[in-house]
Amino acid sequence: MDEYLILMRLDLVIRETPPSPEQMQQYMKQYQDWVGGIAAQNKFVGGTALSLEGKVIKPKDVVTDGPFAEIKEWIAGFITIRAKDFDEAVSLAKGCPILNGEGNSVEVRRLTDGHHG
Amino acid sequence: MDDQQLIPHLFRTEYRKIVSVLCKYFGWEGIETAEDIASETFLTAAQTWGLGGGIPPNPTAWLYSVAKNKAKSHLQRNHLYKTKIEPALTGTKNTVEYPIDLSPQNIIDSQLQMMFAICHPSISTEAQIGLSLRILCGFGIEEIANAFLTGKDTINKRLFRAKEILRQGKISIEFPPAAEIEQRLSPVLTTIYLLFNEGYYSVSQNKVLRKELCLEAMRLCTMLVENETTNMPQVNALLSLMCFHASRFEARLDRDGSIVLYQQQDTSLWNAELISKGGYFLRRAATGDKLSKYHLEAGIAWWNTQHTDSKEKWENILQYYNRLLQIEYSPIAALNRTYALSKANSKEEAIIEAEKLELTGNHFYFALLGELYKDIHRQKAIENFQQALRLARTQTDKQAIQKQLDRL
Repeated sequence: MDEYLILMRLDLVIRETPPSPEQMQQYMKQYQDWVGGIAAQNKFVGGTALSLEGKVIKPKDVVTDGPFAEIKEWIAGFITIRAKDFDEAVSLAKGCPILNGEGNSVEVRRLTDGHHG
Repeated sequence: MDDQQLIPHLFRTEYRKIVSVLCKYFGWEGIETAEDIASETFLTAAQTWGLGGGIPPNPTAWLYSVAKNKAKSHLQRNHLYKTKIEPALTGTKNTVEYPIDLSPQNIIDSQLQMMFAICHPSISTEAQIGLSLRILCGFGIEEIANAFLTGKDTINKRLFRAKEILRQGKISIEFPPAAEIEQRLSPVLTTIYLLFNEGYYSVSQNKVLRKELCLEAMRLCTMLVENETTNMPQVNALLSLMCFHASRFEARLDRDGSIVLYQQQDTSLWNAELISKGGYFLRRAATGDKLSKYHLEAGIAWWNTQHTDSKEKWENILQYYNRLLQIEYSPIAALNRTYALSKANSKEEAIIEAEKLELTGNHFYFALLGELYKDIHRQKAIENFQQALRLARTQTDKQAIQKQLDRL
């Protein structure tokens, strides 16, 4: 079993109005049902959704606030999972409800030991 | 209470207090001495009160003062050795006072400190539960053996070995420093919860003993809640969870001690007082920013005290299981989560999710699949229940599955 990172990206440009509280609740349920399903297979390792605030740091000590006008895709959250190969990791990632939204994407990466693996 | 019952009753409530205070005083080196002195105290009581002496006006105070005297004479004998004989051999001198303090506060403190010492990660959880029953709950070796469905020898060996480890590891009988309380509480809560489960899910048919184990676990947790430094949200959540579970104690076991399934329970036997007590501690648990697994399990347990079969109920239970599994995986939580999913979303979705669980050695897994297929695909339902029947080990489980098969 290897560990994989599932990185969830939202397209901020396409998004119209912010979701209503009811929609948010529905998104939350879908998200939790998806993660709960992975955890029920004992394949959830860790990870979380992210809040809206953030900072971007650039060379020469330039720090800006988020959400980030110049960044098209915004990282909504990440989880790490256990899977026997890339195929299985991808098939678990395909259930991510964020993929119901146009322009959004999910990236799957295998974790390696250390920084140079 | 008549005289016949008084000594056994006092033994149950006072033995553990005397042992904790004395052991705290003697250290692990003297744990056997502490247990001997406590036992001898009750022997003296039985002899004195029975043989014309009558029951003293304040039996508890009487016991404490006898225990104190016995402890002092034990120490004096040791002291004699230490002051008269040892100095003659080594040439040193020392004098000792014996402030054995059996005040209510010190009794509580000693028991709490003992709880932290016993629930030390260096000894196995089975031994932690055994020692807790012996030292914190005053259970006899035979009762502990019955609870674990094993022999007295096994328990004696297990406890002996555990005490050896605590001695050798020089595990102190003290409150952990404030900064460590949270971390050290974790194994204490685990032991209390396992002790409760030992009673709640035990294979033993002895209903009285099983209930006693549950009540003892709740008593230990109550002590933690009543103590300021240990009165934390997760402790309240655990107590709440145990109250909710215990509320169904009478309903979930029939006269022979066999399990009555949740759906078939006589809800009039559910204990309303324990349910409301559970609610009280759940509200007290709702502080701080950490959601422990006990919070989530208490949330599930609260919904299980509600008779309704509403979508709202199952949606809430599903979400608690989703989060619980992210904190800690267990096959039974995975199966329960899938059942909740079938109620909150749909059976079709639950079947797809269930087949991913691959718990093919577990009869509950096939029983769940059988249940989910029941109204969708009769033949598959039968096959799954038959597979469950082949894997089931206990008679009770086999009977329950056979009943499901008969109904198809």
